[in-house]
Amino acid sequence: MSGKAPVKKYITANEAVAHAARLARVEVIAAYPITPQTSIVEKLASFIANGEMDADFIKVESEHSALTACMGARMAGVRAFTSTSSQGLEYMHEMLAYVSGGRYPLVMANVCRSVALPWSIWGDQQDAVQQRDTGWIQIFTETGQEALDMVLQAYRIAEDHRILLPVMICLDGFIQSHTEELVEIPDQESVDTFLPAYDPVVTLDVDNPYSISVGGFGKHYAAWRKEQQEAAEKARDVIVEVGDEFARIFGRHYGGLIETYRTEGAQAVLLTMGALAGTVREVVDEMRAEGKAVGLVKVRAFRPFPAPQLRQALSQVKAAAVLDRDCSYGYEGALATDLKAALYGLPNPPAVLGFIGGLGGADVPPERMRYMLERALSVKKGAPSSTEFIDL
Amino acid sequence: MKLRDISKEELYRCSYGCAGCASVLAVRLTLKVLGRNSVFVVPANCISTVSCYYPQAPFFVPMTVMAFAATGAALSGISAGFKRRGREDIHVVGFSGDGGTADIGIQSLSGAIDCGYKFIYICYDNEAYMNTGIQRSGLTPYGASTTTTPSPCFENKSKKDMMRIVAAHDIPYAATACTSYPLDYMQKVEKASKVNGPTYIHVLAPCPTGWGFAPERTIEIGRMAVESGMWQLMEFEHGEFRITHTPSRRRPVAEYFEAQARFRHLRLEEIEAIQREIDASQ
Repeated sequence: MSGKAPVKKYITANEAVAHAARLARVEVIAAYPITPQTSIVEKLASFIANGEMDADFIKVESEHSALTACMGARMAGVRAFTSTSSQGLEYMHEMLAYVSGGRYPLVMANVCRSVALPWSIWGDQQDAVQQRDTGWIQIFTETGQEALDMVLQAYRIAEDHRILLPVMICLDGFIQSHTEELVEIPDQESVDTFLPAYDPVVTLDVDNPYSISVGGFGKHYAAWRKEQQEAAEKARDVIVEVGDEFARIFGRHYGGLIETYRTEGAQAVLLTMGALAGTVREVVDEMRAEGKAVGLVKVRAFRPFPAPQLRQALSQVKAAAVLDRDCSYGYEGALATDLKAALYGLPNPPAVLGFIGGLGGADVPPERMRYMLERALSVKKGAPSSTEFIDL
Repeated sequence: MKLRDISKEELYRCSYGCAGCASVLAVRLTLKVLGRNSVFVVPANCISTVSCYYPQAPFFVPMTVMAFAATGAALSGISAGFKRRGREDIHVVGFSGDGGTADIGIQSLSGAIDCGYKFIYICYDNEAYMNTGIQRSGLTPYGASTTTTPSPCFENKSKKDMMRIVAAHDIPYAATACTSYPLDYMQKVEKASKVNGPTYIHVLAPCPTGWGFAPERTIEIGRMAVESGMWQLMEFEHGEFRITHTPSRRRPVAEYFEAQARFRHLRLEEIEAIQREIDASQ
């Protein structure tokens, strides 16, 4: 499997992610079971057991410890990996900010799932969206192939000395995690060319001792936070650079921070993140065939937020429907809010219609996608924004 | 280890610790044993608070601040990382307070012992959350008043028995110690450093600020704790507990209590009841 040619296999996105961690030559894995993530680390355990991967798997007692142990491995100067979902990501919350503030270039996969209560093991994106402000780069993927490719790219992005921030690759629970697709698994040699060995900036080095991850009062604290913000902003360029280089080696390109589909001359577009973009693409084709000027904007990077790219993509559009699989209770879907902020100041900006759907694993069929796009087509520029739950 | 073997090199200096702080002393003593080939993980506690604010750097070995609940897992991760890099010779040391060990950090500590990586977890026990201003912890002794157990509603539970808890994990080596018995403590640190697995040392560290005694009495108070039987120096090894120091004379517990403000509210019958309990346990 570590040969010199890529192989194609029918596998789930979870298995694809496990292959990516293996190919990235991760040396420490720390993880805790949670549905729908579990099969990622099961696969990694089996890679180690059958000798396909040389790594330490730390069987921690919680997700809080999983992320901490990965941070510890990074402090010692080795590449680490973890993955989780939902309550597990919530339980990591404290450490998410520790890792990003400490500038540890960790990579994790989050298999997006609803957050309790009400209890649900099924998919939406509330878990990841809820961690938006923890300082992680968050990239949402649509397919197993994209998930695999983005885990590999994530290490390049995170470990880039201009960035040094952790990256969360999000995949949709069940739609991706438990669905088999044809995935091309790259060969080890090509991955090694793309992703060189980890070159840490600071480690716990007994020959060059530093107090690392320390405290700071006002001015120092603010200076470090400003550096963190500058790195997060810089990540917009680096994500694109890394994506371009990946395409040169592997021939697959995902469009950078956003992917636009048939937005040329579109009057209305539908924005969403993750696997539901696939359904939207089909509906856009159908509606275009009927002569309706509609398109899709798939937001790939949620943080850093692709505000300049969205302003450009939507400058000529009359209305944008936003499908959020999350809700910021007391306001609206998070992507809708962020989009409106990005459009602020544009002369004659598009109307923004917020839709919340696909919660708790609810199916969002093509008819609902069409409904949102039709609504966007019928609305006038300057119309006030709105929020509608579409699962009911 | 003999007194003359003790290194004169100070690898922890110029902290902001209180006058008479035994926890600061415990760090110094630890580093005199382990030397420069060690890294420290310090969660939220007095030691991180008096050591970690940039540009201050009292540790002359690599150290990192850690989240309160996360010490054990950090030790596993760092130790695994060093193992991968062929540097299992480096001592990976956790330095956590009583609350960070017996309360918020107990899950992570349990998990780390279970994982089995090589580390030395040191619980420095000043018997309350001193860093935040003297709130009771799971290791506050029966009878003590703190800001969350103010007299007359003083602490009404005895300390969690951390030694039995870690022993129940089949830990290869664990010990109790007290900063007033430096040689005993340092010998235990040295012993722990030679174990290829998780180890735990629980060192009682009297706190002038939180316990209410004059800073120059820190060593004396620690000795009184051991001589009164309120604290015992022991080891756990090969599945068995062993007392490592038996005081040549036993002090009444009343003397220990009278020396500190935190027990001042105790009535005679309460002190007598505690004395009877100590006598029965010895």
